[in-house]
Amino acid sequence: MLEIIVQLAASFIASAGFGVLFNAPKKSLIPCGLVGMIGWIFFYTLTNYQVDIVAATAFAAILVSILSQVCSRILKRPIIIFTVSGIIPLVPGGVAYNAMRNFVENDYNTAIQLSAQVMLLAGGIAIGLMFSQVINQIMTKLQKAKQ
Amino acid sequence: MSKPSVTVEKICLLAGKIMLASGAETYRVEDTMDRIARCYGVENPQSYATLTGLHFSLDYTSSSYFLRITKRATDLHKIDEVNQLSREIVAHQMPLSTAYDKLKALEKNVPTFSLSFQVLAAALVSGCFSLMFGGIWLDFLPACLAGGIGYLTMILFDKMIEIRFLAEFFGASFVGLIALSCFSFGFGGSLEMIIIGAVMPLVPGLPITNAIRDLMAGHLVSGVSKGIESLLTAVAIGAGIAIVYGFFPV
Repeated sequence: MLEIIVQLAASFIASAGFGVLFNAPKKSLIPCGLVGMIGWIFFYTLTNYQVDIVAATAFAAILVSILSQVCSRILKRPIIIFTVSGIIPLVPGGVAYNAMRNFVENDYNTAIQLSAQVMLLAGGIAIGLMFSQVINQIMTKLQKAKQ
Repeated sequence: MSKPSVTVEKICLLAGKIMLASGAETYRVEDTMDRIARCYGVENPQSYATLTGLHFSLDYTSSSYFLRITKRATDLHKIDEVNQLSREIVAHQMPLSTAYDKLKALEKNVPTFSLSFQVLAAALVSGCFSLMFGGIWLDFLPACLAGGIGYLTMILFDKMIEIRFLAEFFGASFVGLIALSCFSFGFGGSLEMIIIGAVMPLVPGLPITNAIRDLMAGHLVSGVSKGIESLLTAVAIGAGIAIVYGFFPV
C-alpha cells in the first residue's frame, strides 16, 4: 500500500515537473500531473499483474490520451500540453539505457534484443496516441451530426 | 487605422513562426494560420509548415511568402497563448495592427519559470523517476543532484554552443560523472537507477509526441524529421553516458 502511495506521489511530481521544464501554463500544471499520475499507476498495476510490458504501455498511453482529450476540452487548451507530460513516464528510458549499456560493454546480442523492445514500446505509445485522435474525430463527427 | 506595412500574410507568418519555434505540432500551426487568414476574408489560404521553414500564400496562384525558422525550443506556454490569441482574433475580428502588436509582444515573452526553478523541477523529476523505475530511497538524492546538474549543464551549453545535440551530450555525460562519483563514494543503492532517473529531464519528450502526432495527421516531412531529431537526441544522451562508462568501467 505504501508502495502505491509513493508511486502516486512520485509520478504526480514527475509529470508536473515536466510541465515546468516544458514551460507549460501555470494553471495546467496540476492537470498535467494528474494525467501523468493516473497513466503511470495504470501501467504500474498492469505490470504488477504480469501483463506484457508492451501491452501495458499501449493501454496506459490510450488512457493518457483520453484523459488529455478531456482536459483539453474542459480547460480549452491545446491537447499537446497534457499528452506530453502524461506520456513521459511511459517512455522506455530504463530499457533504452540497458540497451545502450550493453552496446558499450560489447554484448551486442543482449543490446539488440533490448533495442527491439524499445522499438516495440515506442510503437505501443504511438498506438495509444493514435487512439486519442480517433476518439477526437469521432466526437467531432457526432457533434456535427447532432447539429 | 491599420499601419500600411501590416498585412494578413505578415500576421499569419508571425503566428506560425512563434508556434513552430515553440514546438507546436505542424498541423496545429497550419490550422492556426489558415484560421487567421480566413477570418480576414482570405478565401483560399495555402500554408505549408516544416520543422525549419514556413510557406504561406493567400491563394494558390498568388505569390508565396517564406519564413526561415532557425532556433527551436520547447515552450508550451507560447503555443497556448498563440492558440488563445488566434481564437480572439477570429471571434472579435481584431484590427490587423492590434493583432500584430499582440503577436510581437508574445514573441518577446519571457519564460514563465525562472532558470533556478526549472533546475529545481528537473532535480525533483529525476529523483521521482528513479523511485518510479524501481529505485530505493537511497537513490533519490543522488538522482536529484545528478539530474539537476545535468539539466543545468545542458541549458548552459545550449546557450554557448550552436551545434545541436552537443548540449544533450554534455548534459548526459555530467549526469554520468556525478552519478558515478556519488555511487563510488557510497551514496545511493544502484548506479543504474540513479542514471535512468537523472537522464529523464534530457529526454526529448515533446519531439517524440509531436513526431507521432504529425505522422498520423499526414505531415510526413515534419513527422519524419522530428522523429530523426528525437532519435539523434536519444543517441547523444546515450553516447554521453557511454563515454563515462568507457573511461571509468564499473
